Amino acid sequence: MQPDKQLEDIRAIIARHKRWDMMFLVAGVISLMIAVLTFIALFSHMLIDGMPRLSWEFFTSYPSRHPEAAGILSAWVGTTLVMIVTALSAVPLGIGAGVYLEEYAPKNFLTEIIEINVTNLAGVPSIIYGLLALGLFVYQLSLGQSILAAGLALALLILPVVIVATREAIRSIPVTIREGSYALGATKWQTVYDHILPYSAPGILTGVIIGLARAIGETAPIITIGALTFIAFLPPSPVKEEFPFLSFEWLMAPFTVMPIQMFNWVSRPEEEFQFNAAAAGLVLVVMTLAMNGLAIYLRYRMRKKIKW
Amino acid sequence: MAVKSRKESKHPGRLAFSFRRHMHERFIEMLLFMAALCSVLIMLAIVIMLVKESYVFFQHVSIWDFLTDTEWTPLFDNAHYGILPLVSGTVVSSMVALTVALPLGTIIAIYLSEFAPFAVREIAKPFLELLGGVPTIVYGYFALLFVTPLLQVFFPELPGFNLLSAGLVMGIMIIPYVSSMTEDAMRAVPMNLREGSYAMGATRFQTAIRVVMPAAFSGIAAAYILGISRAVGETMVVAIAAGMQPNLTWNPAEPAATITAYIVQVSLGDLPHGSIGYQTIFAAGLTLLLITLAFNIIGHILRKRYREIY
Repeated sequence: MQPDKQLEDIRAIIARHKRWDMMFLVAGVISLMIAVLTFIALFSHMLIDGMPRLSWEFFTSYPSRHPEAAGILSAWVGTTLVMIVTALSAVPLGIGAGVYLEEYAPKNFLTEIIEINVTNLAGVPSIIYGLLALGLFVYQLSLGQSILAAGLALALLILPVVIVATREAIRSIPVTIREGSYALGATKWQTVYDHILPYSAPGILTGVIIGLARAIGETAPIITIGALTFIAFLPPSPVKEEFPFLSFEWLMAPFTVMPIQMFNWVSRPEEEFQFNAAAAGLVLVVMTLAMNGLAIYLRYRMRKKIKW
Repeated sequence: MAVKSRKESKHPGRLAFSFRRHMHERFIEMLLFMAALCSVLIMLAIVIMLVKESYVFFQHVSIWDFLTDTEWTPLFDNAHYGILPLVSGTVVSSMVALTVALPLGTIIAIYLSEFAPFAVREIAKPFLELLGGVPTIVYGYFALLFVTPLLQVFFPELPGFNLLSAGLVMGIMIIPYVSSMTEDAMRAVPMNLREGSYAMGATRFQTAIRVVMPAAFSGIAAAYILGISRAVGETMVVAIAAGMQPNLTWNPAEPAATITAYIVQVSLGDLPHGSIGYQTIFAAGLTLLLITLAFNIIGHILRKRYREIY
């Protein structure tokens, strides 16, 4: 073979490889575009259908048989109350578990079981949590189809998210911080409470927000516990005029939440209700996007600010 | 330690303080341990609850019938309890979703990890994360009212409820999970492996396919497994867009119910606690849990077996 021919062959091979490289680059951009365009299509379709329905009345009216009079008052109030229960139960439990696994847990069989379990829980489909809540909270503990039962069901669902976020935030704190604290005679809990938790707070907060954003949009577990879909009243107010000013009746009240209201409207045959569904979906998407956006922003700031 | 030195102490006051402090510490440790133990208790509660109700169910219906009967009509007078139609719906919708999500998710991950300039990555990653945060009910709405009409333009005979559009939308929905985990796995591969490959004259594509992906195999497998269990357990998209009629079919263009959609359908109605209809959703749930658990275990084994440590 002549040297010229050889050189040509090599050049051809290089050109071919570079062509493949280019083709893949294009494929990557196209794939990313598919995801972006889908999101744009989804958002604009809802915007076109739902925007005309969005008005002050939409937020202050109860659901109704007349699509043009129906609103999401009971839904957003219900969502708010359920989220309060979820946050109050999942956050302390999740942070506690995360702190234990990172700071206290001895390396033994039980710890390993717990760790594997957290991973497995994260992989359990959300509807299974609904079945657990149906059997355990609704019937076994006779909480009924209440805000408390729904809030606890969602708390179980986001517990792994909070635990994992806590652990990651704690793990990024260098060991020197702990050693410094111990050297000054602090106990383990003092170290955790005064140093580890404050320094990991932004990271934990990010995880909590992402978890709650997920819980807001969850529909399946709430349907499973048999939450009613037509609620034209509000739960009793948590604040009272007279002593002791707080009431917990609302915990046991029947309720509806945003995704349930939307599901109810989507499954109606009349087209007017689809517009309501679009409007409710729009509110829901804006809510979850805002929460996720906040979490992403917090993480971004954290990464910039903290240099150990 | 504090307890032991207490006997020989000359300063009882100080050591009483130290003893109190020790007890305080132990108490808090116990509390935190209980919190951690909760995750195990939840798992146990799930298994016990599902097995308990399913056990009653399987006293009515033999496991053989459950696995081989080709009809699922537990709420009819002439009741049949064959899980196959629900499993077929689940398998078909998941297959459609995964043929979208796995290739696209992988390509996006390779692009973001190996090709994309810094600026593109900084914008695309949060965007994908937002996409993963959109509630599933919204995707269901989108599948029913946007994707199905769009598909009907090309295939006029496509019914209003079908597994195809549910599966496609579910696939798009799963892309962020697959791509972000795959990308994380690929980014964890040390730079000197890539540099070695480039030094041998390999292109970026060759490096990505031949060097980085094999090195990140265990992480990528975990991402795929997570995608699969998402698809199998996804509820609202299929409940809204695929119809809720159990239908033993392998054709994505037909309407069918998945295991999850059946549970939703039953929960929407008013079934008395303790009836056989009530127990069927626990049996269906147990089936679902076993399927996802099997995938989780496979993922765990793959991770352990092919883990590369640098």
